[in-house]
Amino acid sequence: MTRLAAIARFIWEFVVGDDWRVAAGVITAIAVTAVIATTTLAAWWIIPLAVALLLATTVYQARQPH
Amino acid sequence: MSATDVGLVLAVGLACAVEAVEALTIVLAVGLTRSWRSTLQGAASALVVLAAATAALGPAVSSLPLNALRVAVGGLLLVFGLQWLRKAILRAAGVKALHDESEIYARERAAADGAGTPANGHDAYSFMIAFKGVFLEGLEVVFIVLTFGANQHRIGLAAAAAGVAVVLVVLAGIAVRAPLARVPENTLKFAVGVMLTSFGTFWAAEGAGAHWPASDTALLALIPATLLFALGCVATLSRAAPRSPEDHFAANTPASP
Repeated sequence: MTRLAAIARFIWEFVVGDDWRVAAGVITAIAVTAVIATTTLAAWWIIPLAVALLLATTVYQARQPH
Repeated sequence: MSATDVGLVLAVGLACAVEAVEALTIVLAVGLTRSWRSTLQGAASALVVLAAATAALGPAVSSLPLNALRVAVGGLLLVFGLQWLRKAILRAAGVKALHDESEIYARERAAADGAGTPANGHDAYSFMIAFKGVFLEGLEVVFIVLTFGANQHRIGLAAAAAGVAVVLVVLAGIAVRAPLARVPENTLKFAVGVMLTSFGTFWAAEGAGAHWPASDTALLALIPATLLFALGCVATLSRAAPRSPEDHFAANTPASP
């Protein structure tokens, strides 16, 4: 069990990294793009906008003293 | 070679070079302090495991339906790219200390010295430290090779770019017999972060069903746009509230040669 937990933790840290909100934001942006893409509206701009917001947010939060 | 192939070679080659520099520091520190034989065995074993993982996972990843592949790969590249970019921005702005290979090298040597006298035959400490260092640094490269390569059906080209980068770094390491402290690691990480984020954005949106204006040419706008935004973050952070004296010192102390 401890070994499984260690492997799960390693995978989490490898894939998700220091800020889980970035991963959550990316998944949300892809989901919203997929939904908008089924309509007649343009959907290409959603992920670039999300990337800009996520990058600015994660950098700003990393700068804050803990 | 198409523009996306050039992007693939650049992203994979630069990412691999950065990780190889970091792995080389660990291998040099342990090898020069303890046992070269066990250290090289550890490093070689890790490379074999990484190559086997690439060979095994490559066909599996390539067999996924294109849109599913692009969403998965694009999403993962975005998460990875944003992590690389975040650290590179914080370092470039002086908020986080620069990666100092000389300091890491000294720390690894001290740890190797303090781990007891190496045995005459196989030195388990050297083997494990070298294996762990090369494996962990290489895992990210395997991921980048697989994602870029599978998406463009050019895993061979991606693996070749990674191999050339490793060989060049190893040759440089053999030539100077010291950690490659003069390599502009943060600049390389910044470039890799921009490439991963740009390609991730492009593929994730395409995989989710969006259509880019001007199709593949959109990448030629995405890459400079991501770079400019990241540089804007650096400029904004650098002008923001003053840092603590310790942070300022750590960030501005140049790596010794």
